[in-house]
Amino acid sequence: MRHLVSESIGDGPMGATLKRKWREAPLALVMLGPSLVVLVTFVLYPLGRAVWLGQQRCNVQGKNCRSVGWGQYTDVLSSNEFQHALVVTLKFALITVPLGLFLGVGLAVLADKHLRGMRFFRTIFSSTIATSVAVASLMWLFLLQPSVGVLANVSWLNSIFPVIKEPGLLNDPGTALWSVGISSVWANLGFTFILVTAGLQGIPRELHESAYVDGASGWMRFTNVTLPLLSPTLLFTSVVLTSRAFQAYGEMDLLTNGGPVPQDSTTTVTYLIYGSSSIIKNNDGLQAAVAVLLFVILLGLSALQFRGFGKRVHYGS
Amino acid sequence: MALDTPPRGWRATSRYSLLVVTAVLILFPVYTTIIAALKPGNKVLENPLLPDAFTLSVLADAWTEGRLGRYLLNSTLVAVIITVVQLVTSIVSAYAFTFLKFPFRRTMFAIFLATMLVPLEVTLVVNRRTVDSFGWLNTFQGLTVPFMATALGTFLLRQVFMQIPKDLKEASQMDGLGHWGFMKEVAIPLVRPTMGALGLFSFLSSWNQYLWPTLITTEDNMNTVQTGLRLLRSSDLDKPNLIMAGTIIAAVPILIVLIVFQRQLVRGLTAGAVKG
Repeated sequence: MRHLVSESIGDGPMGATLKRKWREAPLALVMLGPSLVVLVTFVLYPLGRAVWLGQQRCNVQGKNCRSVGWGQYTDVLSSNEFQHALVVTLKFALITVPLGLFLGVGLAVLADKHLRGMRFFRTIFSSTIATSVAVASLMWLFLLQPSVGVLANVSWLNSIFPVIKEPGLLNDPGTALWSVGISSVWANLGFTFILVTAGLQGIPRELHESAYVDGASGWMRFTNVTLPLLSPTLLFTSVVLTSRAFQAYGEMDLLTNGGPVPQDSTTTVTYLIYGSSSIIKNNDGLQAAVAVLLFVILLGLSALQFRGFGKRVHYGS
Repeated sequence: MALDTPPRGWRATSRYSLLVVTAVLILFPVYTTIIAALKPGNKVLENPLLPDAFTLSVLADAWTEGRLGRYLLNSTLVAVIITVVQLVTSIVSAYAFTFLKFPFRRTMFAIFLATMLVPLEVTLVVNRRTVDSFGWLNTFQGLTVPFMATALGTFLLRQVFMQIPKDLKEASQMDGLGHWGFMKEVAIPLVRPTMGALGLFSFLSSWNQYLWPTLITTEDNMNTVQTGLRLLRSSDLDKPNLIMAGTIIAAVPILIVLIVFQRQLVRGLTAGAVKG
């Protein structure tokens, strides 16, 4: 019976593909189901829900949310707190991304020679990849903290730089963001080094050799051969470092708590949403609004990076 | 080739000096951490740059009093569960997207890809509420289930699956090999290297999670290594050597994992790399 029916439908090729499409649908559902459920429940639903929640006000328990209108987004955008956090975030990115890229490329080039013992140095340069944000931040806390910290207890150092002890590099509004930034650059250095080293190894040796034969100096080979061919790696690394800078949270949580107050010198956008000393920590509606704005900013930023940088990126032949 | 000859004489000396100086600078925070962790409490502040006293008791205290042992167990469980489940879910969904024909296939794949654009920070406000409503605060479900699927993994494995020739698929179908059989005999063996890289990437990212566990963990028994260190920091700033000992204990397992799996590391890190 089934045989007969299938023959009558499956006359032409159209019918055959149509039938096959539906025949495999149950299996596809079984295979895709788990991923779909998780992605919808924990990525897509919360995104949509956050957009909606962003125009609501809730009580401190996050319950009884009521709509207060989409104007809440523009209120957040024009608020001092959000603008301040955005400026801090931009500064943090401007400290960490160029410095991280520069040091990563510098280290990778330094270690890209056939020398005895180079494996040893490469291992050291990659080593900070093993530190989580908590591990790295606590190591730097112990360096920078003004009473129990290492630098504060080296007397010659803090007689030259009294700020180390009073009020402390993490407590001075002028140095706090830089200190957090440097600890963050250090923590990301292993990652950047490994990526750039892999990029360098992907550059064909013949190109260097022919440039060498043509009499190009080391610096000329670097700017004319290495950098252009490294540009896809640099683009990728800078996109990752930028998004990490915008999403940095653990560093601020462990090193400064978004402070020092009252300037809130290290309250970035992500810290403003989730920080334990943030003024909106008990307001789900405002948290959601800031989170959605962060999403929009990050989307725009990576589009910008790919367009602006992407044109100059050399993907090889 | 002259280009390849290693530098000699003063060129080699200057290169080595530069290498040594940078290595020392990079390792400096690690060095101060290790010597502090190995000093008794009364000696920590005296000569912070010199290893002039030695004890293992602080490390032992961090393990028991600081409960680092328990936190390591939690972190390991969480990271292993997420890694294994992510590998399974992304293999089967990549397989479906490559070898099965079904309605709305392209739309669904687009939805998968779109999730890659959403940063974690944006979803967590709502996810905390969701997990709370499931009664999953302070549970392993809460720490793991939201991360049990990965669009990136699905995408990468699909890229490899697509290289399998159509003829091979058809021939094995003639031989009576069904989809599950083909997946087990042909597809999975082909993606082993990608799975290794992906697995390491998943393991590292779940091990390093910081924000999410701080949002849904309030009971000490459920702390991961990262939130455990946060707790240690907030309670014991008068015992910096205990915190540093905790930091060492937290870093060593990941160091071992990285040494064992260093071949997968580069591939894992460049997993999302732009390729022309």
